[in-house]
Amino acid sequence: MSTFALAVRDSNTMLRRNLLHARRYPSLTLNLLLTPIILLLLFVYIFGDVMSAGIAGGGGDRSAYIAYIVPGILMMTIGGTVVGAAVSVSMDMNEGIIARFRTMAIHRGSVLIGHVVGSVLQSVASVLLVGAVAVAIGFRSTDATALEWLAAFGLIVLVSLALTWIAVGMGLGSPNAEAASNNALPLIVLPLISSAFVPVDAMPGWFRPIAEYQPFTPAIETLRGLLLGTGIGDNWWIAVLWCVGLTALGYRWSTALFSRDPK
Amino acid sequence: MTPNGTPTIKKAPAALAVAATGLRKSYGDKTVLDGIDLAVPAGSVFSLLGPNGAGKTTAVKILSTLIGADGGDLRVGGHDVAADPQAVRAAVGVTGQFSAVDSLITGEENMLLMADLRHLPRAEGRRTAAELLERFDLADAAKKPASTYSGGMKRRLDIAMTLVGGPRIIFLDEPTTGLDPRARHTMWRIIRELVAGGVTVFLTTQYLEEADELADRIAVLHQGRIAAEGSAEELKRIVPGGHVRLRFTDPAAYRSAAAALREVTRDDEALALQIPSDGSQRELRAVLDWLDAAGIEADELTVHTPDLDDVFFALTGGTRTATDAPADAHQTEETAR
Repeated sequence: MSTFALAVRDSNTMLRRNLLHARRYPSLTLNLLLTPIILLLLFVYIFGDVMSAGIAGGGGDRSAYIAYIVPGILMMTIGGTVVGAAVSVSMDMNEGIIARFRTMAIHRGSVLIGHVVGSVLQSVASVLLVGAVAVAIGFRSTDATALEWLAAFGLIVLVSLALTWIAVGMGLGSPNAEAASNNALPLIVLPLISSAFVPVDAMPGWFRPIAEYQPFTPAIETLRGLLLGTGIGDNWWIAVLWCVGLTALGYRWSTALFSRDPK
Repeated sequence: MTPNGTPTIKKAPAALAVAATGLRKSYGDKTVLDGIDLAVPAGSVFSLLGPNGAGKTTAVKILSTLIGADGGDLRVGGHDVAADPQAVRAAVGVTGQFSAVDSLITGEENMLLMADLRHLPRAEGRRTAAELLERFDLADAAKKPASTYSGGMKRRLDIAMTLVGGPRIIFLDEPTTGLDPRARHTMWRIIRELVAGGVTVFLTTQYLEEADELADRIAVLHQGRIAAEGSAEELKRIVPGGHVRLRFTDPAAYRSAAAALREVTRDDEALALQIPSDGSQRELRAVLDWLDAAGIEADELTVHTPDLDDVFFALTGGTRTATDAPADAHQTEETAR
């Protein structure tokens, strides 16, 4: 069997194992899904009137704010779901079966690839679920073409992939599940300080660079542009660059941690 | 070269399943393995015997490619461990000290996972999984999550998983540690069956009895070095552990006996004396005659032939009092854990 065929076959086996785990123990994934849904409902129904006053020059109503907030919530869903990947990788590394995998003639990276592909699939499924809730409370895409929908989907997959590799590195670098969950916190906090809830222009001047120069803001602005026809500008390639950079970094980091001799 | 010009391949006298020369490993300043040599002929059972912390697990981890060595020439199944770890991995099966089953999925799913990772065709994988589950008495529990299994069941599943794909060399790191006596005997039966099938078994244990029961050859590992190596019989010959033990209930009788018999080992606490003896009928009669002549009447007389405990304690420098029976030695191991 060629190296590539071996890699595909073993990664597929590992993926099936991870999906089996997710199916048997769905509580972790479901818990992580609750956060973006609660935030969505909170911001729309509780803070909605005040928040919408700051959108579109003060004349926005609640539906305008729903439209504004949903792309950010969807990106936040990805951040939340991949925290689950950090936790499950760290739990898995403490299982004796990983030592067994290491002494078998299988593709070395398949353990991690299985986790990553599984987590990306879960992220996409979560985004679809949260998106369905958004549609249920009145979110509508105004002028997205089929191509823009495809691009939006591609962006979501790309962001999921990048954040998952980073999360896997965090999981491998953590001694236990609790530490992994703590270490992955930036993935939940970063969207909160991006342009997800309020435009960057509305933030205090000293804070704007923090909101502007981080991966979530360009990704959210791009998704917003694709779904709602707002200006994308340079955001799309900045977002793609972030994703490619984070994927490469997370991949190198994770594989380096995984190839260390276990304790 | 043969007369007709075709090259002949020289065969080693006995193929070695595991061959290690100068195996070294240290963690920081702590030297765990200080240049050990091992030679395990194919089809035999080899036991690495040693107390906790002797380096047994480290040796297994290195030979099974889990961690790297600092030095030494290591060959497993004819492949260089450092240069071609994947070839070694294809030849071996490993059951580590800690349960290596996926506790979140069922026993059957664990077996099918192994079949997939050993790249067996689907139908063959299913058949192998079913056969092994049956053979290891796990067929009834096959559909239950492994997290619900008892310690003995988990161990059996662990070994069943190791056997998927038919590896010819199997590493078992303390396979019976933590098992009750029944499960331990089941494990011994399983190991004997493997050997009967021509599999090479590399076993570590801290139980002398286990090494004695199972192994063709035993190496005693102590402080990172091989303290002794040989068959159980050969090792027993190393130490003069045979003796006749006399126990007294009356301290006065004990003291006078101790005074009369000078070449004895005293155990004042237990009021017992040990007279060196090889356990033969002739020597025993001589001892009895001697005791009669000296007018000594012990309350209890036992004949003790050397066992691996004697070897073990002699080689590892442990203090063994005359009151320690082999069973006691196990007990202290058990409670210490």
